[in-house]
Amino acid sequence: MANQGQSAAEIVFDRATKVYRGAPAPAVDELSMTVPAGEICVLLGPSGSGKTTALTMVNRLVEPTSGDIRIDGVSVAEQDATGLRRRIGYVIQQIGLFPHMTIEENVATVPQVLGWKRDRIRDRVRELLDLVGLPPREYGGRYPAQLSGGQRQRVGIARALAADPPVMLMDEPFGALDPITREHMQDEFLRLHEQVRKTTLFVSHDMDEAVKMGDRIAIFREGGHLVQYDAPERILTAPADDFVARFIGADRGLKALTLRRVGDLPLEPADATPDTAPLAATETLHTALSALMTSGTDRLPVADGDGRLVGTVTLDLIRAEAGRPAPHEGEVA
Amino acid sequence: MIAAAGPHPVIPDFGPVSRCVQDNGFFCTDWFTANWDSVFWPALVQHVRLTVMAVGIGFVLAFAAALLAHFKGWLERPVGGFTAFLYTIPPLALFELLVPGTGVSVLTVEIALVAYTLMVLFKNTLTGLREVPPDVRRVGEGMGLTRRQILVRIELPLAIPSILSGLRIATVTTISTVEIAAFIIDQGLGSPILQGLQSPFNTQFVAAGALAVALALAADGLIVLVGRLLTPWTHARRAV
Repeated sequence: MANQGQSAAEIVFDRATKVYRGAPAPAVDELSMTVPAGEICVLLGPSGSGKTTALTMVNRLVEPTSGDIRIDGVSVAEQDATGLRRRIGYVIQQIGLFPHMTIEENVATVPQVLGWKRDRIRDRVRELLDLVGLPPREYGGRYPAQLSGGQRQRVGIARALAADPPVMLMDEPFGALDPITREHMQDEFLRLHEQVRKTTLFVSHDMDEAVKMGDRIAIFREGGHLVQYDAPERILTAPADDFVARFIGADRGLKALTLRRVGDLPLEPADATPDTAPLAATETLHTALSALMTSGTDRLPVADGDGRLVGTVTLDLIRAEAGRPAPHEGEVA
Repeated sequence: MIAAAGPHPVIPDFGPVSRCVQDNGFFCTDWFTANWDSVFWPALVQHVRLTVMAVGIGFVLAFAAALLAHFKGWLERPVGGFTAFLYTIPPLALFELLVPGTGVSVLTVEIALVAYTLMVLFKNTLTGLREVPPDVRRVGEGMGLTRRQILVRIELPLAIPSILSGLRIATVTTISTVEIAAFIIDQGLGSPILQGLQSPFNTQFVAAGALAVALALAADGLIVLVGRLLTPWTHARRAV
């Protein structure tokens, strides 16, 4: 059984199927996949494709009709549902903060029901609020209604992390935020994930979000069928079928460029005296291409973190890289 | 001769009376203060006691019934229907119906008063418990709160505003119904009102009536105040 404080756990879906009573077809049909410990797996698909059902089978808000789900080798069905859920962080789009509790009280909920000591809860709550960028001194005593949408979602994430669960379930967590806040929260969560490394299942219907967030993407089709489970790059460069190709969009070639960095290209030698401002080597090829288009030239200087010129990126280089097949599953850039 | 400045002439059997009382003014302060200790204060205390007892018992019963109906949904219709039926019976008719069984007593009055509080208290408590946003309940469940913890930590606190608004209505209507109870028992502010109506003298029923109104307003205000203290989140201002 997963322990308190364990950093991550592997999640295995083993022919997990859910047929809702009275429904003619399954919501999730024989889903089998393995999410390695510590990775972010995005469940992607149109509405009605069973993403949320698949997600909530993990914390048993939905009980599978057949098949099994195992966390670190232990079937969820064999675990007490309440205890299981306390070891799984859960974040939803509507956030669902308790409106009558202060921010601190919200975050303290699971530690409280787990019977932690007062001091330990207080320290943990402060640590988490700092982690999500809401100084506890300023925000701890406020009520959810006093926060912005983005701040509330941070509290939702802090609350889900409170008891240090090895698994996080996130159901379109940023779906209700405006585009700028959403992008910001995506960056924040990635930074946070670097630190805490929880195995995360992340439901989304947005391809760009999936490419950005996912170590792997599981693409679902109506009827709860998993059609492709792969690294984002593989999905973009080698879609399994027409459905996937259509779902990820005609601009998948451009999207794929967001996954590769300028610094990874075999750059041409740096010009001695470039006449344009250099690009950072950490920029994506997508940004580099855009910069090339804007500048009206076909070559731009590239600088490293210290501002030293390390080479020159050209349109040809990007085109060649875009045409290169993606590395195989698991070797995510 | 110097005119003697003495008290007003005393008319035997009627006690010393002021000009206002002699002229039967709309409200005679002197008569009101003279009779405060013997008439109005005791009536006010009785009125409060009858009201608190009725609303207290009614709340316990309605709250328990609402909790049951919250968990066993099928109970809502029969319980709601029964309390609504009780509410439709005119107070005097209900008093008369009960007298053969429980006599001309405080018990009779209380049974009727409690019966009138049930509908609004039951309804408002149940509504409050159900008003909890579904996503809040879902997250609570998904976080591993037990059904009981969801009730105690989430549903009950969030139901407080609705429960208190039910209590306000129940309290104010009970205060006015207690006045009618004076037809059965010689208690509460209804007694001086009834007596006052039977004589041409104004001050008695004007004073008792005003006290009943003041009591209702004070009780209402008190519940609002308690509500504010119990629900700090409902008026927390957005920090700028």
